[in-house]
Amino acid sequence: MIPLSWYLIVAAAMFCIGIYGVLARKNAVGILMGIELMLAAVILNLVAFWRYLTPARISGQAFAVIVFAVAASEAAVGLALIISIYRRRSTVVADEIDILKW
Amino acid sequence: MTIAQIVFLVISATTLVASILVVTSRKMVHAALWLVLSLGGVAVLFVLLQASFLAVVQVVIYIGAIAILIIFAVMLTRRMMYDTGSPINRYWWAGALAAVLLFAGLVVMLGQIPSITTQASALPIPEGELLSLLGTALVDVNGYMLPFEVASVLLLAALIGSLVVARPMERKTEEGDKR
Repeated sequence: MIPLSWYLIVAAAMFCIGIYGVLARKNAVGILMGIELMLAAVILNLVAFWRYLTPARISGQAFAVIVFAVAASEAAVGLALIISIYRRRSTVVADEIDILKW
Repeated sequence: MTIAQIVFLVISATTLVASILVVTSRKMVHAALWLVLSLGGVAVLFVLLQASFLAVVQVVIYIGAIAILIIFAVMLTRRMMYDTGSPINRYWWAGALAAVLLFAGLVVMLGQIPSITTQASALPIPEGELLSLLGTALVDVNGYMLPFEVASVLLLAALIGSLVVARPMERKTEEGDKR
């Protein structure tokens, strides 16, 4: 049987890769991809904890379903923002989107 | 080493390599396709965890909706893919440092929690259909009905909000002024 810590380490590695993507990517779509990786790692963590610690209660899976809904709405709104910015400024590079910067 | 462990190691190695390629690929379309592979690996991990419903949801929502949406966004903003030079900004080392430090911290922290390190095998799944249990819990007043309804309202708000945000700019025409 697979130990719980293996799942947690894989999820932690995936989360950290996502953080690197969010911090280092220039392209705003790339930043969103990093966020998706982080959310997927979080869901993996939740499901692993549910399976190993409280399989008798369904709360872990219910929590994961809610996180799925949040991830879907986050992707929709984020990509809509990126497309709107691209229409107005013809760029998706995060450094060049600096209207609010002074 | 059992077969399940070998499958887990192969799948998680694939997932992690694909994740690294997501954040390092020069071309955004390639990154999006690696994202599909990475999320598919997570779906297989859900199957290994006996969460079959979540595996299906992962494939349908993450791969079927989010990844396709990202590919659409990449193609709609295509002109920027090639002429920006390096795909990473000049503070990439700080991001890498933060990621490595966080990972080291998480691993050290995991090693200090006894219930995680000793929990070698999973508890048995309870009797009965898991899926119907989950479905009942999501619409049960004593269960998770309120978070479920809030999530559906959130999805509706996100849908309408993204439609409004991504609407084309209003042109200075008679029709636009009337609106």
